[in-house]
Amino acid sequence: MEDKFKIGKYEFKSRFILGSGKYNLELIKSAIENANAEIITMALRRINTDTDNILDYIPKNIKILPNTSGARNSDEALRIALIARELSNADMIKIEVIKDSKYLLPDNYETTKAVEKLANNGFIPMPYMYPDLTAARDMQNAGAACIMPLGAPIGTNKGLLTKDFIKILIEEIDLPIIVDAGIGKPSQAAEAMEMGATAVMANTAIATSSDINNMAKAFKLAIEAGRLAYLSKFGKVNNLAQASSPLTGFLR
Amino acid sequence: MQEKYFPDMEKIESDIENKILKIADNIDFSQYSENDVKKAIKTENCSIQDFCALISPAAKKFIEEIATKAKSERERYFGKNVYFFTPLYISNYCENHCIYCGFNCKNNIKRAKLDLDEIENELIAIKKTGLEEILILTGESRKMSDVNYIANATKLAKKYFKNIGLEIYPLNTNEYNILHESGADYITVFQETYDKKEYTKNHLKGHKSIYSYRINAQERALKGNMRGAGFGALLGLGDYKKDTLATALHIHFLQKKYPKSEFAVSVPRLRPTIANADINPKNIGELELLQIMCAYRIFLPYINMTISTRERAEFRNNAVKIAATKISAGVSTGIGEHAQKKEGDNQFEIADPRSVEEIYTALKNIDMQPVMNEYVWV
Repeated sequence: MEDKFKIGKYEFKSRFILGSGKYNLELIKSAIENANAEIITMALRRINTDTDNILDYIPKNIKILPNTSGARNSDEALRIALIARELSNADMIKIEVIKDSKYLLPDNYETTKAVEKLANNGFIPMPYMYPDLTAARDMQNAGAACIMPLGAPIGTNKGLLTKDFIKILIEEIDLPIIVDAGIGKPSQAAEAMEMGATAVMANTAIATSSDINNMAKAFKLAIEAGRLAYLSKFGKVNNLAQASSPLTGFLR
Repeated sequence: MQEKYFPDMEKIESDIENKILKIADNIDFSQYSENDVKKAIKTENCSIQDFCALISPAAKKFIEEIATKAKSERERYFGKNVYFFTPLYISNYCENHCIYCGFNCKNNIKRAKLDLDEIENELIAIKKTGLEEILILTGESRKMSDVNYIANATKLAKKYFKNIGLEIYPLNTNEYNILHESGADYITVFQETYDKKEYTKNHLKGHKSIYSYRINAQERALKGNMRGAGFGALLGLGDYKKDTLATALHIHFLQKKYPKSEFAVSVPRLRPTIANADINPKNIGELELLQIMCAYRIFLPYINMTISTRERAEFRNNAVKIAATKISAGVSTGIGEHAQKKEGDNQFEIADPRSVEEIYTALKNIDMQPVMNEYVWV
């Protein structure tokens, strides 16, 4: 059986979601090919242009995932989503509601409200969030199609700083968990996949490397390896030696 | 001592000015050693002290290392993107007497103010170059370019441009709100110098002579619902290192107070004007200018930074790779030069007259990505 996952009504095979905001546009197409990505995210505010539109550089079979960056509250997120639908026909929307210009950390409270507003308007909401179980449950109840917790502050390449909290989401939330932001190396992407994350999103790590195509490929391979390891179930790591005569061996 | 405000000036409660001056007025840059500079380059979170080390004389010999660090911060936040815009001067009438400025009310220059039809012609001409962001400027005269006039110009600009910024005389909160509702989202006010004594010496009359009203302009703009604010000291007027520190602190403290707002800095050096061809930025060469820009990028990695046509083409091309994120193109600092015959004289002489297309090509050739718009009005 093929290993696929679903977001809303759509099915995907590739577990690598590519960010697009930091590239030289000519390089995007080959990055997508080397990453073998099926979904690419982009800021709506970035496609709100008449010159050098990033949409013109993306192959038609790739699913466009506009994000609402620039939104500072749920109403603005909805307005941006509506413009995105007009400009690119998109129905999947990555919700970003950010009230901090320095660290660009998401506002879980406003994001939850945005999920509800977008779901009520026929969108497939994909909220970017700080990994908090209660907030994730609220987002699920509000109609989220997946949960996108951050691994580390965006652009930092620091990896899975929030690992334990993402694990909790993976265990408790019955939606795809897509680790978004902070992933700086293929090994970190592999680690997220080994934990049971559904998919990984990366942008800065690839866009700012000096060999974009090979870095995209390295991420693709790491994500596939991590996924395969997760599916194969790990052998248990034991800290203590196994006693040769078990303590409870006397039981009849 | 509290300055006497003009009757039409709004007073807001703010501790920002005190916070800035408490540090900037008491700084001694000669105390920073090479070791302080090395630590500042290495550290992950650049502190105010680290920033001081980076702009100190001791840092000059580390410019290559500092530029390398700045470049990686720039890439982390902005990737390859370089944002394009052009200024549109709609009036050069001015009531201030700023002794270094071409628009200064005592200068005998050709004054002009575009009417709405003329503004529209300019907008159409600029739009044809492919730009989508515009910065509307006026001289500082409430009488000749009142808020309604600027609001009407903004509404017109909204028809043709996606992103509108204003660089105009400081206003009250409610007036900023009027301009926001008209379609502008960014306000730039240069403090010129943060040194109060120098400020008083250089700004002899008019509303601009009131230091505190000016320094609180960005805060009033943010309170008036503007999305972002721009800052700058006119380098060469006062001690450039102190002014650079004060500018950085201005942004730093306002970001803490208004974390959701966006911030931008400019690094204008003094330029010759029609009235005074001898004005120059004294001890700030290109090395010092790049040092300042890199220090801003390291201390405030998230802000936009504009590189002005006051600098030559090669410097600007390199500056956007290392530290700056915004570049003006197809620039005229006179009144009415884009579509009609020139009506009013220029604010200063520019050093990079390249067209939008020329700068676009030059940046593509150095592997950077020109971006005409990354903004949406909500």
